[in-house]
Amino acid sequence: MSLEKLLKEKGYEAVIGLEIHTELQTNSKMFCGCPARVFGLEPNTAVCPICLGLPGTLPVPNQKAVEWTVKIALALNCKINEFSQFHRKNYFYPDMPKNYQISQYDYPIGVNGYLEIETSKGQKRIRIHRVHLEEDTGKLVHVGRTGRISEAEYSLIDFNRAGVPLVEIVTEADIETPEEAKVFMQTLRSVLLTLEVSDCNMEEGSLRCDANVSIRPKGSTSFGTKTEIKNLNSFRALEKGLEYEIKRQLETVLSGKKVVQETRHWDDANKRTVTLRTKEEAHDYRYFPEPDMVPMEISTQIVEKIRSELPELPFEKKKRFIREYSIKEKDAGILVSDKEMAEFFEEAARLSNNPQAVANIILSELLYHLNESDVWFSDIRITPKHISDLVNLLESGKISSKIAKEVFAEAFKTGKNPEEIVRERGLEQISDDTMLESIIYEVLNENPQAVKDFKEGKKQAIGFLVGQVMKKTQGKANPQMVNEKILEILSNN
Amino acid sequence: MEIIELTAVQLAQKIRSRELSSKEVVNYYAERIRSLDGEINAFITQSFDIALKQAEEVDKKIAKSEEVAPYAGVPIGIKDLIVTKGLRTTCASKILENFIPPYDGTVARKVKENGLPIMGKLNMDEFAMGSSNENSYFGPVKNPWDLQRVPGGSSGGSAAAVAAGEVPWALGSDTGGSIRQPASFCGIVGLKPTYGLVSRYGLVAFASSLDQIGPMTRNVEDAAALLEIIAGHDPFDATSLDVDLPKFTEEIKKDVKDLKIAVIKELSGEGIDEGILNCFNNTLKKLEDAGVIIEEISLPSTSYALSAYYLIAPAEASSNLARYDGVRYGYRIENAENMLELYMKSRSEGFGDEVKRRIMLGTYALSAGYYEAFYGKALKARRLIRQEYERAFETYDLLVSPTTPTVAFKLGEKVSDPLKMYLSDVCTVSANLAGLPSASVPCGLSEGFPVGFQIIGPALSDHLVLRLSKAVEDATQFELKPLKELKK
Repeated sequence: MSLEKLLKEKGYEAVIGLEIHTELQTNSKMFCGCPARVFGLEPNTAVCPICLGLPGTLPVPNQKAVEWTVKIALALNCKINEFSQFHRKNYFYPDMPKNYQISQYDYPIGVNGYLEIETSKGQKRIRIHRVHLEEDTGKLVHVGRTGRISEAEYSLIDFNRAGVPLVEIVTEADIETPEEAKVFMQTLRSVLLTLEVSDCNMEEGSLRCDANVSIRPKGSTSFGTKTEIKNLNSFRALEKGLEYEIKRQLETVLSGKKVVQETRHWDDANKRTVTLRTKEEAHDYRYFPEPDMVPMEISTQIVEKIRSELPELPFEKKKRFIREYSIKEKDAGILVSDKEMAEFFEEAARLSNNPQAVANIILSELLYHLNESDVWFSDIRITPKHISDLVNLLESGKISSKIAKEVFAEAFKTGKNPEEIVRERGLEQISDDTMLESIIYEVLNENPQAVKDFKEGKKQAIGFLVGQVMKKTQGKANPQMVNEKILEILSNN
Repeated sequence: MEIIELTAVQLAQKIRSRELSSKEVVNYYAERIRSLDGEINAFITQSFDIALKQAEEVDKKIAKSEEVAPYAGVPIGIKDLIVTKGLRTTCASKILENFIPPYDGTVARKVKENGLPIMGKLNMDEFAMGSSNENSYFGPVKNPWDLQRVPGGSSGGSAAAVAAGEVPWALGSDTGGSIRQPASFCGIVGLKPTYGLVSRYGLVAFASSLDQIGPMTRNVEDAAALLEIIAGHDPFDATSLDVDLPKFTEEIKKDVKDLKIAVIKELSGEGIDEGILNCFNNTLKKLEDAGVIIEEISLPSTSYALSAYYLIAPAEASSNLARYDGVRYGYRIENAENMLELYMKSRSEGFGDEVKRRIMLGTYALSAGYYEAFYGKALKARRLIRQEYERAFETYDLLVSPTTPTVAFKLGEKVSDPLKMYLSDVCTVSANLAGLPSASVPCGLSEGFPVGFQIIGPALSDHLVLRLSKAVEDATQFELKPLKELKK
């Protein structure tokens, strides 16, 4: 039974809130001059006395990171706090060089925003509680048979990531299903990519997500006991992890037990969540204002300047695509989910008088080939012009849709113009009536049984006959036309 | 004139005019340190080799008539809380006993760029926590006026080294009086600049919102000169002030006539030793003779200063000192069973008692459920104190009081009673809480021991504080006896 059905049957609903972290791809780290793009570097090569927290060093905030956080907060429709402040979050962990993290507490940069998402059930607004800026921690490498902390012989620390600017985005508990959570993350990712502030690579950890989830009897206004799930490092893990956890909580409650407030870890290999720490083990972070920095004043002028420079966001772009190109809402939604794809579409759509056909080719043929060859828009040889040419060839009846697939494959592979491919390979559709008729007569003569069947009322026999004609013409006939011709001939005899 | 009799500014002149070489001066002081410091214990680390190299460079430049910095060649001692590249920086703690910094802090860099040979790193209370220099892992420092007495703290090594003539001048740091109180106990001049005037980059943090590096010198002119070397905006310190600075050595030459000052009532009566009050009041009379207008002001909120200080400073310290955990550098226990044990034992064994006491105090003050009652309240008191000072400075140019309630006390006298020890800071802490410049200038002797005259000014009035300091110096003609009495 699906989770949704199960919940409905038992009279429960899920309440989900997400806490997302995204690393900013500024030139330098949050509080020092080290590079911020550190993925894949040799361990401990992008470090300095400041991000190593050596005695005597001080943090100086990266203005670009502050501006970018304002940008993110504005894109998420947040109010920007004019007075914002860094706080220290104190706890001991070896991946943190100072044993405190410079973060934000009661004066985050942005508050009270929202993001519109598009799920299978329609449009929904997810409120954003806060957007704040902090520094990332280093990374522990557990050395042992499995690489897991519990089985490690020893652990090594790589401080390259320590001090990379990290933006935390916290939603309100407005999310009701694992699918919504996934779509929210996908939408947020496309917003962040549009803003060009992060590469949002979940596998590399530049976009990370924790989820708070609880269940309650449907219609209840109070919340059930929540658990926090960590290690949801892909859209799939987010969806699967939430599904598992909601089911687990439901089973717990239905068996008369109580959900324990705790932090759980999504074990992706075994597809389950396991206890990481309970509430009793929770830290008292002893937040206090960071005395090494003065509070930030983010003036209205700066906010308005950043607002005026915001690029067109996916949600706005989608509305515009529907308006300007009259394409299906669902198609527009998919096209804007990736910046490069949206640009590619728009260029092709401008060259063509049938944008919906352009969208169809991109969303079927192009996505299929991209997937197959594991590349993305920036690496391909086929151009928007090729797509619009292909649409023209189809529209004018010069090639069939079956041939179009072949032409597309060739253009994708070689980067040749579709018109040239059609010409070179003689793929133009047979639209000469006499030639087509002679082939049809040939087929009818060769298949008397099918002709008999049709005449006796088995209408589906015509499909077979059309197929035979297509085979003989190597797909170059117009199947619609063939169908009509056969019907005409058979009903006249 | 013997080298020992020359102030830092005078030494600089003689080095520039080639009457003396920097190398001669460094060798002279090295010899003096060798013979005296066995007893004084002002140095944790001596670096005569480095100093000689620096001195030779200066001498070479001068020999070639190349441009050198104004005070090039005058040796200096640096409090061991100020990070020096390649030169052990211990903070007088076992936990950093073998820590050799891979970088220079801003002040250390400026000292080097100005050609001041570094004689070594000076003793102090561990992580600057203390008022007697008895909290050092490297043993207590003795007061050059009387080896049975404390030099004050936490910059006790810096004060004693200057008073004993082991260095012409030194750098200290002041979080709640750590420059001024030892300066007072040892009979030298100490200035805590306006918060943000001197970069804290490279000053190992005790309480970040209060700490400030400052000069500790034999006289006011040297203090002004050293401040010129170390002050200035630093992009590596986000709390550093970006302002135009006056020329302090010129400012002190200006007249104090018609300067309007007020005595802080709460810090100049009850609780202050009579001998100190006598010295203080005599000095006031002399200042009046010099044309200074003197009145009295009540600053009631200063009575909260000590309590606020002993919540805010430990709170910040509890966080600042969290990084000493045995993981990356510093003291680490052998054979820890697990991470937690490594943390707990390394810290328990690596830190001294006073440091641990303050970490616990601060951790408690910031804890959930106690934050508002302790840290939050302390911040409010701090705001009140700051506002009260701001109001006072609408009427007065400067405020004055004795620097300390007593003269230098005996070693061991207060170690078992932390509260009594904390009271030594009663006159000095409020300037730190308000971020104001404040100096201590010797103004006489009580029971044969130096008495300090404290001056507090509005933010960025460091030049004015120094100007009045000069007037106090001129009026009292204080003699730094250990310079001559301690023979090498």
